[in-house]
Amino acid sequence: MLSFLGMNSLDQLFAHIPASVRLAQGLDLEPGMSEPDVAAIFAQYSAANQGQLSTLTCYAGAGAYDHEVPAVVKMLGSRSEFVTAYTPYQPEVAQGVLQAIFEFQTMISRLSGLPIANASLYDGAAALVEAVNMATGATKRQKLIISSGVHPHWRGVVKTFAQGTGHEVVEVALKDGVTDWGSVDTSAAAAVVAAYPNYLGVLEDMSAAKSVATSSGALLVVCGDPLAAGVLRTAGDWGADVFVGEGQPLGTALSFGGPYLGLFACTHEQIRRLPGRIVGETVDSNDRRAFVTTLRAREQDIRREKATSNVCTNQTLMAVTAAIQLGWLGTRGYAEVATRSAQGAHYLHDHLVQISGVTRVSTNPFFREFALRLPRNASGVLEDLVGEGILGGLSVESLAGASDPSLEGDLSDVVLIAVTERRTRRELDQYVDVLGKVLS
Amino acid sequence: MSLPGGRAASAPLLGHEIEPTIFELSVHGRSAYQLRTTDVPAIPLSDFIPAEHLAPKRVALAEVSERDLVGHFTRLSHRQFSVDLGAYPLGSCTMKYNPKFCDAVAADPGLNSVHPGVPASLSQGWLELLVTLEHKLCVITGMAAATLQPAAGAAGELTGLLLMRAYHGANGDLRKRILIPDSAHGTNPASVTLGGYEVTTIPSNDRGLVDLAALKAALGPDVAGIMLTNPNTLGLFEEEIVEIAAAVHAVGGLLYYDGANLNAILGVIRPGDMGFDIVHMNLHKTFATPHGGGGPGAGPVAVSPRLVEFLPGPRAACRDDGSYYWETSERSIGRVHGWHGNSMVLARALAYIDVHGGDGLTRVAQHAVLNANWLRERLRETLPAAYDRVCMHECVLTATWLKNAYGVRGLDVAKGLLEEGFHSPTVYFPLIVDEALMFEPTETESVQTLESLAASIERIAVRAKTDTDGLHHAPQTTPVSRVDEARAARQLIATEDAADR
Repeated sequence: MLSFLGMNSLDQLFAHIPASVRLAQGLDLEPGMSEPDVAAIFAQYSAANQGQLSTLTCYAGAGAYDHEVPAVVKMLGSRSEFVTAYTPYQPEVAQGVLQAIFEFQTMISRLSGLPIANASLYDGAAALVEAVNMATGATKRQKLIISSGVHPHWRGVVKTFAQGTGHEVVEVALKDGVTDWGSVDTSAAAAVVAAYPNYLGVLEDMSAAKSVATSSGALLVVCGDPLAAGVLRTAGDWGADVFVGEGQPLGTALSFGGPYLGLFACTHEQIRRLPGRIVGETVDSNDRRAFVTTLRAREQDIRREKATSNVCTNQTLMAVTAAIQLGWLGTRGYAEVATRSAQGAHYLHDHLVQISGVTRVSTNPFFREFALRLPRNASGVLEDLVGEGILGGLSVESLAGASDPSLEGDLSDVVLIAVTERRTRRELDQYVDVLGKVLS
Repeated sequence: MSLPGGRAASAPLLGHEIEPTIFELSVHGRSAYQLRTTDVPAIPLSDFIPAEHLAPKRVALAEVSERDLVGHFTRLSHRQFSVDLGAYPLGSCTMKYNPKFCDAVAADPGLNSVHPGVPASLSQGWLELLVTLEHKLCVITGMAAATLQPAAGAAGELTGLLLMRAYHGANGDLRKRILIPDSAHGTNPASVTLGGYEVTTIPSNDRGLVDLAALKAALGPDVAGIMLTNPNTLGLFEEEIVEIAAAVHAVGGLLYYDGANLNAILGVIRPGDMGFDIVHMNLHKTFATPHGGGGPGAGPVAVSPRLVEFLPGPRAACRDDGSYYWETSERSIGRVHGWHGNSMVLARALAYIDVHGGDGLTRVAQHAVLNANWLRERLRETLPAAYDRVCMHECVLTATWLKNAYGVRGLDVAKGLLEEGFHSPTVYFPLIVDEALMFEPTETESVQTLESLAASIERIAVRAKTDTDGLHHAPQTTPVSRVDEARAARQLIATEDAADR
């Protein structure tokens, strides 16, 4: 090949790069290793993760849950046609991914109760950032009213990106686990952001959030658990303009936090401000049904500095997987998973609060996750539970820091506990039993 | 060429039948799901959730059997071109082969069943992996430290711009403008806007490189920095990078390296040594993690020493005793991801780096550049290069003469190539080249495959003359023929429930 180019060494290909800044010796990395040798190194990383679920029963949540993902979903979702393609720029040879995304959009539209859903964003936090950007674009205002019931990490990400956009972020405290909208000036806001359920698991009255948004002239952005609509009213039912969610519960493994799946749905009114890709149905030149990415004029590769978002690569594989998982669950399975998760959570909750010194942080209803105040430091208690094979939840302090408007007083003794349809009564009883012993 | 190259046959995909949607396949009462037997009491939800919260009716999803589910998604997969099937020379996207070993590593439950919220004591292996990857990425780029949080290249860009903002802000220095060459990816200017800056576009010179005089004229004390892709999107190395860096630094600006084309320079030259202050990497390009039909990616951002304190947190770090912990510096810009980044993508990239090692990564760049130059030279008479000289990992060719001679445009060539069993190159980008066709063969395609690709392009050039109309209507042998994009935009049908459907 080199002689075809009239060259006799590979170095000649790089001769035009200034020698003063070229590497003289190559990279200071170990030489390449065989796959089995690298596998042995990775086996050590793996073995050092004591939090893996082969040995622990999982009650950790906060947006990432231990749901059933069957072999059929894993196998279909790992087909190399889906895994090793890229963005469907050539629709004639990308109907597989395009149609799967179209089906995904339909499913997300239905479970959000909103007519338009995009083809995915990076994660729930990224979806929220895009939602508030949409709202500031739509209202030409800069103020964001965000309930502190929104996941603390998501609020953190919004604040980070507000450094660039200049948005003013106003966090609203919770009172008894519910947003105290009256505690801040909500006038002239771009977005009112609420969470349903909120990150402490509590079901807030979204009609309150809706009326705050309406009187302010703001868009109502609802952050939601994508399984909630198996039991609860949808974001659209509550009058949301935008729904954003973390799609991990739809077929993605816990994966130490990623890749997950940012869900984004909105009303027709906001379609021209939609971030990221959207797939539409059309026909080919022979008048046969076909799918294609559409409304492309919003996107960064065409609109450049005037684009609605900078997103290019998204999380398509997770979106395809979510479509497969929701296809596997179907209408009944989706409702069943939500129902069983809620039943398990309430069963566990009602027994845990019988333990002396364990109290609720909110008297309001919850879905499948709840926060409890323990008589001593939550991290220490969780460590003791791990010794008994139970990943008993997450310390709220580890999520929200030492103090946060979502909770009054000390956060260090509050634990957040999630239950999925995978938890058996025997496991739940064991949790109650072990926590009682640990606290006694 | 004595041996045949692998291409995916002239009718590249099996799936020529229109596949019903999953909702059209749905039959009431069918199901695929099975859940654990839990014996948890099935108390009615209305006992503990007030009626105003409960759904008035069920969300309607498809109802299919497992067998129908498998048939549906398998048939859809047959309507999808992919790297595993054949060459995918989509310029700028680095569609190299994704080693299966790296996927297998990521499938280990010891990695993928770990909840992101567990304390560091329960995820020591993960933290060690992240610290190791951060170190190796810094060695590869010549930088001091990195955040692994950004989920893709564009997220990395915005993170980098916020780092610039924090750096200048800490010096009490409010700057307004970011310089971007006219050949840049669209994500660059879009990110600049979100970073709160204004774009100043720098023209390219007649060699396809940044016009240094125009750059110097645009510089001033209000310039926060410059975003550069090097090699640039024409596949050409910015030979005056040392002078560019000196000029930008002289006015107090920072240099941002868009790592989209990092594959071209692995082990040859490092962004840090060129003078860059901030570097993002697209792990799904350079480090071969699968593109997933459009994602997930990962876009770590590495920085020079003076920017380390501003990096997003938390970052994994190692104590003297060999244990690992999370740390966030006081001046950190904060989180840019809901958790720790696309961890499973990060794990795959580390496996790829370890298998290749320093020597293997250098070979990656050498062979990527060799393949692109071979293809450029091989096609010299058919599709000339926009800039006729040694390119890096990709070459931008132009179909202008086909347009002038026969009215056959770059898009027609791209569509014709689909019929030949190859994926198309990137078309009409960069914007500064007329009828641009950007080919990035990557290092993983054999010379036989490249010869087969070149022969296909030659056939298309012949067709441009002999079968012009046919080429305008290509492709016909693909699962669907040319798609009516205008209709999709005019009459939006984005879900099964759309009113116009």
